[in-house]
Amino acid sequence: MSTVLQATDLTRTYEVKRSVFGAPALVRALNGVSFELTPGKTLAVVGESGCGKSTLARLVTMIEEPSSGFLTIDGRPAVHTDKDLRRTVQIVFQNPYGSLNPRQKVGSILEEPLKINTADNAETRRQKARAMMERVGLRPEHYDRYPHMFSGGQRQRIAIARALMLNPKILVLDEPVSALDLSIQAQVLNLLIDLQAEFGLAYLFISHDLSVVKHIADEVMVMYLGRPVESGPAETVFAAPKHPYTQALLSATPVADPAKKRERVQLEGELPSPLSIPSGCAFHPRCPIAIPKCAKVIPAERLVARRQVACILAE
Amino acid sequence: MSLLEIKNLTVSFDTVSGPFRAVDGVDLNVDGREILSIVGESGSGKSVAMLALMGLLPDTASVTADVMRFDGKDLLTMSDRDKRSIIGRDIAMIFQEPMSSLNPCFTVGFQIGEMLKRHTRLGRTERKARAIELMQAVGIPSPEQRLSAYPHQLSGGMSQRVMIAMSASCRPKLLIADEPTTALDVTIQAQILDLLRDLCAEFDMALVLITHDMGVVAQMAHRVQVQYAGQKVEEQSVEDLFSDPHHPYTAALLSALPERATGRGHLPSIPGVVPGQFDRPPGCLFEPRCAYATASCRSSAHRQGPELGHALCNHPLINGAPADGTQAREITV
Amino acid sequence: MTDTTTTPPVQTQLRRGRFSEFWYYFSQNRGAVIGLVIFSFIVFIAVFAPLIAPHSPSVQNRDAFLVPPFWQEGGSLTYLLGTDAVGRDILSRLMYGAQFSLFIGLFVVVLSVTSGVIIGLLAGYFRGWVDTVIMRIMDVILAFPSLLLALVLVAILGPGLLNAMIAIALILQPHFVRLTRASVMSERDREYVIASRVAGAGSARLMFLTMLPNCLAPLIVQATLSFSTAILDAAALGFLGMGAQPPTPEWGSMLAEAREFILRAWWVVTLPGLAILITVLAINLMGDGLRDALDPKLKKS
Repeated sequence: MSTVLQATDLTRTYEVKRSVFGAPALVRALNGVSFELTPGKTLAVVGESGCGKSTLARLVTMIEEPSSGFLTIDGRPAVHTDKDLRRTVQIVFQNPYGSLNPRQKVGSILEEPLKINTADNAETRRQKARAMMERVGLRPEHYDRYPHMFSGGQRQRIAIARALMLNPKILVLDEPVSALDLSIQAQVLNLLIDLQAEFGLAYLFISHDLSVVKHIADEVMVMYLGRPVESGPAETVFAAPKHPYTQALLSATPVADPAKKRERVQLEGELPSPLSIPSGCAFHPRCPIAIPKCAKVIPAERLVARRQVACILAE
Repeated sequence: MSLLEIKNLTVSFDTVSGPFRAVDGVDLNVDGREILSIVGESGSGKSVAMLALMGLLPDTASVTADVMRFDGKDLLTMSDRDKRSIIGRDIAMIFQEPMSSLNPCFTVGFQIGEMLKRHTRLGRTERKARAIELMQAVGIPSPEQRLSAYPHQLSGGMSQRVMIAMSASCRPKLLIADEPTTALDVTIQAQILDLLRDLCAEFDMALVLITHDMGVVAQMAHRVQVQYAGQKVEEQSVEDLFSDPHHPYTAALLSALPERATGRGHLPSIPGVVPGQFDRPPGCLFEPRCAYATASCRSSAHRQGPELGHALCNHPLINGAPADGTQAREITV
Repeated sequence: MTDTTTTPPVQTQLRRGRFSEFWYYFSQNRGAVIGLVIFSFIVFIAVFAPLIAPHSPSVQNRDAFLVPPFWQEGGSLTYLLGTDAVGRDILSRLMYGAQFSLFIGLFVVVLSVTSGVIIGLLAGYFRGWVDTVIMRIMDVILAFPSLLLALVLVAILGPGLLNAMIAIALILQPHFVRLTRASVMSERDREYVIASRVAGAGSARLMFLTMLPNCLAPLIVQATLSFSTAILDAAALGFLGMGAQPPTPEWGSMLAEAREFILRAWWVVTLPGLAILITVLAINLMGDGLRDALDPKLKKS
């Protein structure tokens, strides 16, 4: 199946002013990320604070340009001035309470992308909006209501509906269910699964919740401080993680089964700040199996047991 | 005798659109040295109940209870002055957002010292030494330097450790933790939870852990209390709750967990939403969303005995199906 | 031990609409409601002045110079609040003066809000050198004592009510620029704005349709307070002879004409002054209430 997005060696560096007169510091938010998105499949990006997943979302939705590397969407280079390409990628955010304009009614929120990008008249726009509302499980009377009248789960549905109005091929989902209650989470995840099957969407699913990722992802990419440390088919990675960070992440995630009180891989210390990334392998100060060489060499991704791992000791 | 005993706690808020009952007749018991987890989704009243105990609710809240006893002392009839010497010293609380729980204008050392000054009789140098000791106990590296750090210079995990240090400074008998790790990364969450467990064992503390994460509950708690829309719907030991939930809401919640899903595809979800201020059902609050509800559930809900987890349910479940044989129905919501 | 719990029957009242929720909070502030009542009264008088004023404001009655108000000795019921030095009825002049004051307030506020908001939007949205240039200009304007600047402007443009209003609008504008810019800067990075950007919205749409409606609350409060400031400043300019020119019955210029009679005929000076005081007070009280009602942090639920 052809890929709908190809990213090669994406980097994104920010300049941060440290003091009035000094040179600005460089924050490497992303440091060489490569991946592909396939229609109808979900790539999950997993990681903790500072791993660069939000920056990745901004690059893929073309809000920002990469500092280096290539991004190709639907066969074309991704530049934000390409208006048609804009319609191909849309985004759903984490916070259901901030991602909808409080002063716009639902109908208007859904019609806005059409107003900007198409020549549809008012009646066509209205029909499309109503059809999408029904598809995501909203009732017709919700058309004239303001966002503050809805619950978190309903707002996420509105956000998903808005993202789909332009018939995109790629949907970036930035922690779409993290802020929702468990029972609502299940409803929204089911909706996302249905929509993917119906529209053949490629999902870039960013999350820190491994149980959700295990359920929905086809491929997974684990990131740490701007670099992927392990990536491959979700089942392979979760069944037997090869990178020490993935192992720690999996063992740190609490399991909803009191009988399985896990033997935890305890990680020492805090996450380093992206302003001062450790030399060599960024994970080495916290790694339980680090050797002196790890501080000197940046590990390249290599194929180990049917997935890519960035660790010189993995096998 | 329980360390904390609460019976029939009700909290009502005076809002723009009329009174709103956030907590509705909740009972709670905590014994010394045990970890009780209160679990529920938004609107369950789990945080409000503990804030009511601590006296941290705004003026618009009215709190009533039949019994509110801590360590044998009656909190309802106590004077404000006596209550202030208990709250903060014998009962301590930590919150969800560590970044905003600390005063941004003062150093960390000053804030820990303030706690000690308020509740103990230690002198200045002794307070400093104790602060360093506490920070070491909660796993903050190089505590002497960190004393003069401001909250914005600390990460989320560090700030939460400082909060725990402050709470533990007076050796409380009961620590209430309101979603202490929800805002933290997974690996840091694991560290903080381990820290809490170790501290409870070391200081002989009881812990009330409020959370919505069933994984955290399974790993930490001895006993679990489930709340829904302000009411207590079930209470059991953690092993029994996960293996045989008696209330249909608990059962539905557990089966909605992604990790319990059998294969890819649809997750069993609970249709509908938690009742808010204006759509409270007349009888059992879960009835509109319950697969086993019958006509009797629309007028009242029966509180079962301890052998059925104190479930607030007319048709409690045993091994996944109602004991009295009620059939599952199609839910239209 | 088992017990049955029953919950009270379903409450059928709906969540309040936005306006009634706003009114609930506004009416909590007694002062604000009083202010609103007084202001409405003044508006009523201004609108119906031609119908309810007992006399014409500009007709000079030769046989009734400096008649005191009716409750004083020498006063009469024909001229309820007395007359001024050229025999014009003060009550009627005050009523027509209300028209001028309200018009001044409205004109100035509309002018300064419109220009201030647009400039503030540009500064907050584009940042960079645009922001720097705009804010430095605003800083310069704010650095001058406001009345002095107004005087200079009027001196350049020439005395008269229109020029006075333009000058005052210019002075009040930086406040709106600052407020709008601050709001825009905080709304710019909110997710709903990013969502609109991803949907392809251009700068103009983002500024005016997406962000501006969410920045209105502090602007409304500031506009209310600027209304009263405008009236005061216009009165001050009128008092200095640089605003409305005689025989316009504007309250400030009424004060100017009456300067020499402060001791002889107190009513010619005090009554216009009182009118200004009451109007400004009413508007400020309303502004306080508005701020409380529009500030989400003070909300109850």
